[in-house]
Amino acid sequence: MNPADIRQLATDVLAGIAPEADLSTVAEHEDLRETLDLDSMDFLNFIIGLSQGSGVPIPESDYPRLFTLQGLVAYLSR
Amino acid sequence: MADFLMPALGADMETGTVVQWLVQPGARVKPGDVVAVVETHKGAIDVECFLDGVIGELAPVGTSLRVGAVLARVVGANEPGPSIPSVTPAVQIGAAVAPPVVTRAPAAMPAAVVSDAGPAVLAAGSRRARVSPAARRRAQVLGLQADALRGTGPDGVVTLADVERAAAHSPSMAVPVAAPPRAKPGGFDAAQMRQAIAAAMSRSKREIPHYYLAESIDIAAAQAWLDAWNRDRPPPDRLLSAVLLLKATALALREVPQLNGFYESGQFRPGDGIHIGWAIALRGGGLVAPAIHHADQKTLPELMTALRDLVQRARAGGLRSSELTDPTITVSSLGDRGAESVWGVIYPPQVAIVGFGRVLPQPRVVDGQVLPRPVVNASLAADHRASDGHLGGQLLVAIHRWLQSPETL
Repeated sequence: MNPADIRQLATDVLAGIAPEADLSTVAEHEDLRETLDLDSMDFLNFIIGLSQGSGVPIPESDYPRLFTLQGLVAYLSR
Repeated sequence: MADFLMPALGADMETGTVVQWLVQPGARVKPGDVVAVVETHKGAIDVECFLDGVIGELAPVGTSLRVGAVLARVVGANEPGPSIPSVTPAVQIGAAVAPPVVTRAPAAMPAAVVSDAGPAVLAAGSRRARVSPAARRRAQVLGLQADALRGTGPDGVVTLADVERAAAHSPSMAVPVAAPPRAKPGGFDAAQMRQAIAAAMSRSKREIPHYYLAESIDIAAAQAWLDAWNRDRPPPDRLLSAVLLLKATALALREVPQLNGFYESGQFRPGDGIHIGWAIALRGGGLVAPAIHHADQKTLPELMTALRDLVQRARAGGLRSSELTDPTITVSSLGDRGAESVWGVIYPPQVAIVGFGRVLPQPRVVDGQVLPRPVVNASLAADHRASDGHLGGQLLVAIHRWLQSPETL
């Protein structure tokens, strides 16, 4: 996936979890969990959506690499 | 013949509005069937019927009804009764209740209706509505939050004039909104929910002599077990640490059933099962703690599924009435971004609330050595009318013990 696709995927997944959240207002290096007030269930659902949309399994030990927009784009575009 | 009443979906509910009937007069219902969608401050709730029989007349859609008001008449399955099913045409949803097809007059039904025709009813004890019905309706049309306006009517009631004045002063809002007045299905009114929480928690603090206990629990074993479980599973099959805390609490309550139930009419009544009310923070503010039924009998994956489903429905609408009325205790887990400990306020008529803070690395003595370990602070607030700290301590110790052997959860 290219970065634009990944951003679109993240936006789509988030829309189902936090409908009022606007990813375009989130800075690249900000912790999404804090900025968008995601709890652990929200974040797991976010991971599920990203994993299903990208085909990447995303082991739990890699979660910290997906805390920011910058991180998740880098991680999923490998 | 029996009356199906507007249920009290928690200690903090005073009124509800039927927004949809899912049955028609003449329909056969069994206990547990979802018969109506009722709008409350907790959002739209699927209300279950607890009667066995045939639906008679229905309360009208869109009218605010007090808790205990008649929602529907139900003719018992084996009663000879009037043969409503075959001869009576279905009452149209939204229409007023049809002329009584039963001989008994539906006395309670109109009396309990809160409408603009009934100022006397409002005066008879409604503390919620400090907005006149006409003002509320007008505010909805204008897209204004009537509860947030300053009232100039008697006793500070928000009047129609107040709404018009507010609309005139905020031109952007003065344009009538095309959208239906009600919030999106399942949406809840944050201001109304805040009021309801305030009422229930004030009652709790006023009436319940709380005592508090805490226990810090090393959860290295639980976390190692969880990591191993999640390692080889795809994301949808993974568990959150919350389900371990939930199951450990449920199993501990089997050992200390005196904390699982209700304090009513001056005495403790044990719950008919371990139905854990799981506190869920709603986006935009507010809190609801619906039941996970028989949590002690569910496996961890089953609890995870139940929890996911419950969070989803708490936020989007579709909680069932039994989920709001059945919790026998509340558990509040703050999660990985919460504070390190919580001192809960008991949700009446329950007698206890268990809280879990954020997991923190802490120095602990293990086998004579100081080691960094993941530690969670577990707390208990319990009702001194129903138990003492000695018993409360046993619950926390049992939770601690269960979390040391996660493979048995």
